[in-house]
Amino acid sequence: MSQGVYHPVLDPAKARPFPEAVLPVLRNPQLRKNVAHAIDVIQAKRGKLVVEKTDWQALRTAGAAIRTHALENLGAYLTQFEERCTAAGGVVHWAADAAEARQIILNLLREENASEVIKIKTMTSAEIQLNPFLEAAGVRTYETDLAEIILQLGEDEPSHIVVPALHVNRAQVREIFARRMGLKDLSDDPRELTNAARNYLRRKFLDIPTAISGANFLVAETGSVVVVESEGNGRMCLTLPRTMITLAGIEKVLPRFQDLEVMLQVLARSATGERMNPYTSIWTGVTPGDGPQKFHVVLLDNGRSSILAKKTERQTLKCIRCAACMNACPVYRQTGGHAYGSVYPGPIGAILTPQLMQMHHAQTLPFASSLCGACYEVCPVKINIPEVLLELRSQVVNQERREAGRLFDPMYLGLRIANLIFSRAWIFHTAQFLGRIGLGVFTRKDGWIHSLPSVGGKWTQTRDLRGLPKQTFHGWWAARAAKPSGEAK
Amino acid sequence: MRVSLFITCYNDTLFPETGRAVVKLLERLGVELEFHPRQTCCGQMHANTGFRAEAFSQAKRFVRLYQDTETVVIPSSSCVAMIRDQYPGLFAELGNEELRKQFAALLPRVFELSEFLVDRLKVKDVGAYFPHRVTYHASCHGVRALHLGDRPWKLMNKVRGMEQVPLANLDRCCGFGGTFSVKNAEVSSAMLAVKLQDIVATGAEFCTALDNSCLMHLGGAMHRQYAGMKTIHLAEILASTETSPAEGVA
Repeated sequence: MSQGVYHPVLDPAKARPFPEAVLPVLRNPQLRKNVAHAIDVIQAKRGKLVVEKTDWQALRTAGAAIRTHALENLGAYLTQFEERCTAAGGVVHWAADAAEARQIILNLLREENASEVIKIKTMTSAEIQLNPFLEAAGVRTYETDLAEIILQLGEDEPSHIVVPALHVNRAQVREIFARRMGLKDLSDDPRELTNAARNYLRRKFLDIPTAISGANFLVAETGSVVVVESEGNGRMCLTLPRTMITLAGIEKVLPRFQDLEVMLQVLARSATGERMNPYTSIWTGVTPGDGPQKFHVVLLDNGRSSILAKKTERQTLKCIRCAACMNACPVYRQTGGHAYGSVYPGPIGAILTPQLMQMHHAQTLPFASSLCGACYEVCPVKINIPEVLLELRSQVVNQERREAGRLFDPMYLGLRIANLIFSRAWIFHTAQFLGRIGLGVFTRKDGWIHSLPSVGGKWTQTRDLRGLPKQTFHGWWAARAAKPSGEAK
Repeated sequence: MRVSLFITCYNDTLFPETGRAVVKLLERLGVELEFHPRQTCCGQMHANTGFRAEAFSQAKRFVRLYQDTETVVIPSSSCVAMIRDQYPGLFAELGNEELRKQFAALLPRVFELSEFLVDRLKVKDVGAYFPHRVTYHASCHGVRALHLGDRPWKLMNKVRGMEQVPLANLDRCCGFGGTFSVKNAEVSSAMLAVKLQDIVATGAEFCTALDNSCLMHLGGAMHRQYAGMKTIHLAEILASTETSPAEGVA
């Protein structure tokens, strides 16, 4: 980014804890305005299109049922997909983890003698950090999605899964394009910026015969791959190159072609607030004389099957990457995506990322939510994100509470003491009494606490706290009951 | 009708005036109230922070204490949401069959205050008088977990003398989120700042809600910033009359 203040790290193994990672963002007015503005625009569009769809809740129910059924029979549908795709001339590869997927793709590119590759926006390739790997192996990667071009040329990282450059505004785009494309006189008129990108891209489309895509859906019944997009760059990548390599998470499979009826409706409305996305490409293997004549699909596990094995967490894999949850999230609205330290930010990222990391990294993400439930309310496939957040919080606490260093951690100590306090009424009442004395030290004459030590200081850094009243409610009730009139003041 | 009041730990400790208002209001409406002296906490703080075993022990305690009561009323939407949304999972995972049965029998008799007034007592006009400009904050759990819908407005619309000012971005979270407010204090504060802008922009004297946890957060910031506004639980507004106005409202 032009400020050069920080470079986002989207590797959960290296990213800083969420509460630290947010600090530079929260102090960055431009970034916060960019994010809030973009979110508000998308939210307003989505809101209108959901209201006009009178069967929206029925569509959500159908979407959830399709995705649940697909996951419950994932093995069978993946096998069917492989069969049908192979029969149609595609080649299916299976990758257990990111390293294997990267190597498969590199080997395929080497077979093609490819030194350059064009890409359709794929978050899954960002998940496996494909671009830096290919660049290090001598293959230049060219993103063709407008937002991805902005990020690639600006040496920035995606902050949103549908609108990856959501945190960048028009003036910043102009600066990046002018600098990297050598266009001194470029203005920030959207049409001029788009034309600059178009000129930049046109040569790549015409010259580079190998492309990489992700997939929005895989259709088991037909062996087809589905990509939805807004700009037509995907369509170019699917028509001009000789070879197409598609990278897809194993959870992307749908049982039947007809399931697209539901999924395409909920996806477009949820993701971009459109009745239908501008370009929907569906292809099945190879077609002689039409489009790429070599087609490979790399099916990526990378932690997904371990998520599938868990009852509460399994629903995470229903996700169709519409980003409605992050658009609705009041946390994301303040922080944007980079602070999540993952290619998957927002509420879905807060549950998906630590699970993809087998709970070895990103343990602060399940706590990056006020549990307001806005994500669940908008999710088109009804992923109960708060429920999964709570499950993961419990797993993190079970990991951490065994660590010796946590013994005197104020949060852990406080919650253990609170548990004792709530276990018996007399302990609770004693604690209230002692608490009033203890907090009395910090209570000013106006009856309010303005500053507290330790964890309490986290509260008082921006809010006051009313001092504890002299009489508890239960104390008042007891006093009232003791008086014959039943009146106590 | 006999009602057992579960006041909740933080109302008992920090907001006894809300409890007193609930008593005043329900008794005025002819409800016979009881208060179980051994009550403590529903377990929400532990459950939401990942301390599931601890939350379970408090959930178990709640069910044991209230299983024989006719109706339980709770003036806190997030605590009711805890009981409705999280107890079933806790009991399925950690509880035994007997406990699950006791809970299943108890659950339909647990009400949030506005649910109890509108659905059970079937009242809208509770005879309240509150001559102030007020804006209502729709707490997340009330909106999205309990689906309170228009119940609060059914009650507020009948309060004499009260001028209601609609709040922009009504159902946007205030950023409290229990321990979220200290574990992610800076994000919580950023959310609070945005929420407070909307609230202050209403020009209301009071911001009300059905959950003192949000109000503690909002009220704490109002006090810090000399915003010239106060928070007040809706129970206190509904309990207020010409002859007996809400406590602490000058």
